[in-house]
Order: sequence, then C-alpha cells, then structure tokens
Amino acid sequence: SCPTMGRTMGLAGLLLGLVVVPAVLVSTSLRHGVPRNEAEPEPSGWELAAGAVPEDSLWPLPQWVRTYPRQLQLAPSRFQLVHGAGSSAGPSCGLLQDAFRRYYEYIFGHSWRRTWGRRPLAARAEPELFQLQVVIEAGDPGCDRHPQLASSEAYHLTVTEPVAILKAPEVWGALRGLETFSQLVHEDDYGSVLVNESEINDFPRFAHRGVLLDTSRHYLPLKSILTNLDAMAFNKFNVLHWHIVDDQSFPYQSIYFPELSDKGAYSSNLIYTPTDVRLVIEYARLRGIRVIPEFDTPGHTQSWGKGQKDLLTPCYNGGQPTGSFGPVNPVWNTTYNFMTKFFKEISSVFPDEFIHLGGDEVDFSCWKSNPEVKEFMKKQGFGIDYAKLESYYVQNILDIVSSYNKGQMVWQEVFDHKAQLKPDTVVQVWMANNYARELSRVTGAGFTAVLSAPWYLDYISYGQDWKKYYSVEPLNFPGSEEQKKLLIGGEACLWGEFVDATNLTPRLWPRASAVGERLWSSSNVTNLQDAYKRLTNHRCRML
Amino acid sequence: AENEPSWETPCTKLLVYVSTPGCDGFPSLDSNESYKLSVSKGSMLLSAETIWGALRGLETFSQLVGRDENGTYYINETEIVDFPRFPHRGLLLDTSRHYLPLKAILETLDVMAYNKFNVFHWHIVDDPSFPYESSTFPELSKQGAFNAMTHVYTASDVRSVIEYARLRGIRVIAEFDTPGHTLSWGPGAPGLLTPCYRGKAPSGVYGPINPIVNSTYQFVTRLFQEVSTVFPDFFLHLGGDEVDFTCWKSNPEIRAFMVEMGLGQDYKKLESFYIQRLLDIVSSLGKGYIVWQEVFDNDVKLRPDTIIHVWKENNLQYLNEMANVTRSGYRALLSAPWYLNRISYGQDWIEAYKVEPLMFEGVPEQKALVIGGEACMWGEYVDVTNLTPRLW
Repeated sequence: SCPTMGRTMGLAGLLLGLVVVPAVLVSTSLRHGVPRNEAEPEPSGWELAAGAVPEDSLWPLPQWVRTYPRQLQLAPSRFQLVHGAGSSAGPSCGLLQDAFRRYYEYIFGHSWRRTWGRRPLAARAEPELFQLQVVIEAGDPGCDRHPQLASSEAYHLTVTEPVAILKAPEVWGALRGLETFSQLVHEDDYGSVLVNESEINDFPRFAHRGVLLDTSRHYLPLKSILTNLDAMAFNKFNVLHWHIVDDQSFPYQSIYFPELSDKGAYSSNLIYTPTDVRLVIEYARLRGIRVIPEFDTPGHTQSWGKGQKDLLTPCYNGGQPTGSFGPVNPVWNTTYNFMTKFFKEISSVFPDEFIHLGGDEVDFSCWKSNPEVKEFMKKQGFGIDYAKLESYYVQNILDIVSSYNKGQMVWQEVFDHKAQLKPDTVVQVWMANNYARELSRVTGAGFTAVLSAPWYLDYISYGQDWKKYYSVEPLNFPGSEEQKKLLIGGEACLWGEFVDATNLTPRLWPRASAVGERLWSSSNVTNLQDAYKRLTNHRCRML
Repeated sequence: AENEPSWETPCTKLLVYVSTPGCDGFPSLDSNESYKLSVSKGSMLLSAETIWGALRGLETFSQLVGRDENGTYYINETEIVDFPRFPHRGLLLDTSRHYLPLKAILETLDVMAYNKFNVFHWHIVDDPSFPYESSTFPELSKQGAFNAMTHVYTASDVRSVIEYARLRGIRVIAEFDTPGHTLSWGPGAPGLLTPCYRGKAPSGVYGPINPIVNSTYQFVTRLFQEVSTVFPDFFLHLGGDEVDFTCWKSNPEIRAFMVEMGLGQDYKKLESFYIQRLLDIVSSLGKGYIVWQEVFDNDVKLRPDTIIHVWKENNLQYLNEMANVTRSGYRALLSAPWYLNRISYGQDWIEAYKVEPLMFEGVPEQKALVIGGEACMWGEYVDVTNLTPRLW
C-alpha cells in the first residue's frame, strides 16, 4: 500500500511516515492461481525501512548518483526554485517559471501547507536548504522553442547546504533535473521535508523515448491526454506519438478539410479542435515532450473516406463496385492534391520536425479488385507486385512531406516493401516476430530506427509483466557500432482497441515506467529486485 | 395473487406490487427474486413475490427506458417474466492483498446491483494484511493492518457495507480464511500461528494456525462468536484452502502430536482435525458454512448442508470436481473459470460467458445441488486505482 498520498491526488500528503509494505507477498501466501515461483522474495516492510537509501526512490535511475547521509531540511515557506547566477535563462523563461511552480507543488503539496511552520529555527536538527538554483549553460537556453531529437537533456545536480545547484546545457535538461530533485526529496515521520546531500550527473541513453496513444479506436478526452503527459514527465519520456486518426474514427478537426471530422469522428463532441491540439502541444512542450502526430496512410483510413469523397479506393466484385472502400487510392491525382494540401496544414499545426506517416498493414485485396488500379499497375510495369504500388504511393507522400521541411517516421513495412526512403526517415519496428533481425536490417541499410515491438502495452497479461518490458535490451541485435548508433530509442504503444478514458491510466502506468527506465538509464541497470523497490516507490509517488 | 390491483394506472407511474410483506430483513439463499413486469398503454406494473424480486425488476425497468434524439424518455410495451437460474450469484473482493477504501466497495455493490449479483463474498483478511477491526481482538488489526489508522474497516464501515448491500438485495458473506492464509493474524495474536523450525530451533518464521494447542480453539471460538454477530447472513466462508504443511512438519511438537494421535505422516488428517473442530464451533454458533474445495478433497467430515467452493484449475478439470462434490451430496459453487484477476488481452468476457456450470456428468439431482457461482477478483495486482475497469 502507498503510505503517503501521491502528487497528482491534489490532497496534501497525509503524513503517515509508514513503511511501504510490498503488495506482492512473501513465501507462503499464494493466492489460488498464482504459481509458487511468482512470489517475490521481498523483505518485510520493517526491513525495508531500515535499509532505505535515497536512491530507492529514483526512477529512472540516473547515470551517476552519489548520495550522502547528511540530510538538509526544506521549509515550505522559505524554499525557492530560482534561476541561478550566470544562467542564460531568467524570469522571462516561461517554461522554467512554469516548471518551478509545478515542482514546488510536487515537493510540498498544495499552497495551504506553506503557511505552517511555527517551530523556532533553533529547534531544527538539520541544516536548511534554502534554494535550488537552476543554471542553463548554453547561450540560447531554448525557453521558447520546442524540444527536438537533438536537444540536450543532460543535467548536473548538486545538493549541499545552503543551496542546491542544477546545471544543464538547455532547459530540457533542467526539466529532467527538477524531476530527479523532486524524487530525492522525502518526508520523515514528523512531516519534515528533507533531502540528502547528493550529486547527480545524468543524461539519457536514448534520445527518442516515446509513448504512443491511439485516439481513433477510442476517443480520449483532453484531460486524459494531459494527465498522461504528466505521467510521461515523471518518467522522463520525451515523445508523445499521437496516433490521432485511423479506420474507426477521425477526431482531428482539420482547418482545410472540416468534413473529415464532421463525417468521420464518432460524434461532433468527440473531436480535437485546433485549440485542443495547441493545448496538447504546449502542455507537452512545457514538460520537454515532443508531439509527433501520425496520419497513417494508405491503410487504416476508413474514417477518412466518410468526409473526403473519392479519396479511398472503391472495391470491386465481378466488375461492379461493391460499395465498400479500401486503402487510399494511389492512382488518382486528386489523392496527391488532397495530401499536398492536408500535409501542408499538418506541417504548420504540428511544430515537431517529424511527422509519422504510418504505412503499415496495407491490405492489397481492394486494390487488386479495382480495374483502374490494375490498369495503373500494368502501365507502371509493377506486374502483380502491389508492394510496388504501395511504395509508389508512399514515396509520393514522403516527397510531399519533405517539401514542407518535415522529417518522416514510418512503420517498418514501408522499409520492408523497399520504398525509397529519405536518408533521415525513421523506421519504427513493431512486428514482434524476430524484431532483432529487423533492427539489423533497418540499421544495416543506414536508416535510424525506433523500437516498439517488445513494448506493445495494450497486450495485457496476468502478473508482473513490467519485468518482461524492463528486461528488453534494445541493442541486442547483430550489428556494428555504427549500426547500433542508428537505434535512437523506442516507444511504448498503447493501442486503443480495448482502451478508453476509463482504463487508460491504470493500464499504461506503471508498466510504461519499465520502458522509460530502459530507454533512459544505463544498459547495466538491469537488476529486477532493485528496480522493483524503486518502481513501487515511484508508483506511489505518481498516484 | 388475489390482491393484485387493477390495471388502470397511467404511464406516469410504475406500480410496484410485492406480495410477501417485510422490508427490513436480509436476503438469503432461499430468497425469491422472481418478478413480472408489464408495460402497456395506460399502465406499468412490476409485481414480485418479495422485495428482492422488486429490486431486480426495477433494475430491468431502468434498462428498458430509452431516450430519443429529442431527449424524450420512452419505453416500449413490454411483458417480462423473470427469475434467476441460480440463487447464488456472487462476486469476491480481496481486501487483504490491497486495502480497498469503503467507497470502492460501495461502488462495486452498485455495479453488482446493475448486473443482478446477489452475493458479496468479502475475502476480508489474508496473509498480507488484517484490515478488519475486531472488538474482541483489537490487536489483530492494530498489528496486522497495512496501517491501523487508515487501512482498516471499522465496525461502522462493516455495518455500512452490510446495509448498503441489503438495500440492493445483496448478501454479504465474510470469509475468515483459516488455517492457512493467516500470516497477518500472527502479530496481533501471539501463539496463534505455528512457529516453523529449522532443525531444532525456531526459524522466526510462522506458518498456518497451530492446530494442536487449546488456545487456538479458544481464540477461534471467540473470534467467530464476534464474526457471527457482526455478519447477519446465515453463511460464513471459512476458507480452508492452500494449507502449506511444511511448517507443521518442521515443528517438533506437532510431529509429536501426529504420533500421539496416530495420524502417521498424513498432514491432511491434521488439517482435517483443525477444520472439523472449526466447523463444529461455527455450527454451534448457528451459522452455516462455505469452504474451498480442498476441505472436501481432503476428506474432512462435513455437515450435509456444507457448500463447497470449486476454484481449482481452469481447464475443465473443475467440471470433474463439480461432479464429485455434487455426487457426494454437497451443494457446489463454481468459481474456477471465473478468476477475473487473471487478465489477458482482448475480449476475454467471451470465455467467461461460454462457461456452462452444469456441463458435467451427473443426474438431475446432482445438478440441482449447484447453487451458483462467483466471479473472483483477487487483489495481488488490484487496488482502488484499477479495480473498476478490471472488474467491469
């Protein structure tokens, strides 16, 4: 059970000062159905307390941590998060100002607690920590910009009396450091807010650490998405891969093509307006999270056809249209006119350098049934190889999107079917079967890759499956050093077939936390017992 | 029925007619939950034998009411005759592996009512924690709860649950599982659990309840005296599952007892020895009991009206157990294929739905002994943050 109230509950912590007793139990007590070998050999709660160290609450584990026994006390009425001398960022840096307030609240709970504290100064045993000073080192801190793949997220944190110093090249590192600092702070049995003297040097192992949310299979209200962004920030995730539309619904309200959502959304209130989208992007930015939208084509587009006539391929049977439609029609010019205009909008609405273009699971049967398509295949000399037609389509889209100066991400089929990619196209590997081999192939061909195959979190199963996700070693694939450098990270995917706002949060967290640490921390951080200890503390804090 | 009113009531009223008087009692295994619902132009009538049937009928009525695009409420002309196939339709919640706040339990009772469940099987204590505040033995929760101030069910909480359930026609059957699954009882009841031995010396670890000392039976008597008063249902669930014999075997006093009593090396007999005495105690308190299937499997002498709870193996082996239990003349409850804590990807509701509890070899009299079943939501991986979406 969680001894104290976590940060998002909004109630000031009930100071129980009690020890966390592990939820999964010890030795003899197995409930029916839980196989004996699943039981965690956990120490009893009492032992945990005795051996507890500050590192026990860090998640993900930083690259380099030293903590000392000496504790410093923080006074809610006096402690401040401030810009340090020499920082290239100052009070005009909205992103940091916002972070200072947010992390103050995470550390101390809500404002009403700030007026406590009438105990005389002399009565305190520990020296006081008055400030955390944040120093951004680069000439241009990046306050008003959006995070990018190449952004620096490194930071150096020194906690000693009387002030702690958080140094980072860019504001993104400062955000990561603030999260870590807030994880070091703890309460004692009397409610005093303490932090151990410590020094931390940290940076992520992988630069692309994402979570995929699917808002087409089930609409996710804005609040759900924002709560999820908060959770991502607690776990140092830095990419929201927004799989925003698909077969089932088209909730994205397009400015150029309003009919797409008018006709394609589940209903008129289950949409994301331009304001909603801006809110998500900004909320994410303030947490150092990139928003990469995915407009998946040519497959997964049933909902597009509702609002855009003649976009999808009409399927035929016995020479007659059946009335049903297949993937986007690759042979008509109107398709590319549409896509040109559509992606112009997307390119301006979403500030990230990358757009995800999908390209997965294209079912060729409808194309094969359509006489115009068949005619086109003949003219192009594709024979009966419809993968070539798919590649033809994808290449056109890549060109369109490139022309707007956007990079592209695609699912692995696009690579597998030998489309001609741009040199900086990122390939997302998702098929579980032999994904290591796929990583070799993709990186061997010189393309950057992002790994999702072992991290499909929508595939729930009984028990502590976080261990399975934690134990993945992304670089375990045959390849040279250069190849391995091309694996820039991974994404935990929560497909929405069986997920909506009623179960999103408990299904995604803290399982995704396992992926978060795997992508941030060093490759030798693999001990499951230690991870369990830290993850249980982290989870209680996230609540 | 002779006193049924005439049908001239307008569509502004749902007339509820109950033939058996009495609103203040508790539902029981024998309660009649049948009802008839008749909706026609000019009158809407819900008639039931008992208030419990009326509750079921109200739920159905509420499901029939629709709302059109203009917001108007409407209901089709309808004739319904309804009664449950099985009289015991339960849900198990485990408040020991994770404490569940009162609100979560009450919310679950609401959803149970939407689904016409009528038994809340409260697996209230177990190894990890003892949240039940006992007036006879306050140390049990003081020492055994995850947190004695915040993670307990006070007497008033328990009363709230029982009354909230009653108002929904739901019986509350408490389970105080013994002799295994009792680690959390130890701190508050020194001398209750068996000290395990490593060689000649106690190892410091404890096992199931110690069946050889009189103090155990004195304790059990007093505890169940309290429990019998607190929980009004006729039945108590006494557990009796998964007793690990290793600790008993390691204890020299127990080994001596086995020799003295001529039980040989068969520790199942020792378990039976305990269970039999427990059953006698509980009977003498005027309660009936439900036990997990091991108690039956291990040949414990049971009263003929014992209900056996079949939970092992979800590979259709449980059907054999159902056959065995009913062939021996005992009533059976089925849970084996309904362990909802065992989540898996996709529409697993289909597997649960396809279960046919009576699909075993047996004569009709046997099948009549199957009184129903229970969906179980064990708490190893469940707390208030994920209970509702996992269960419903």
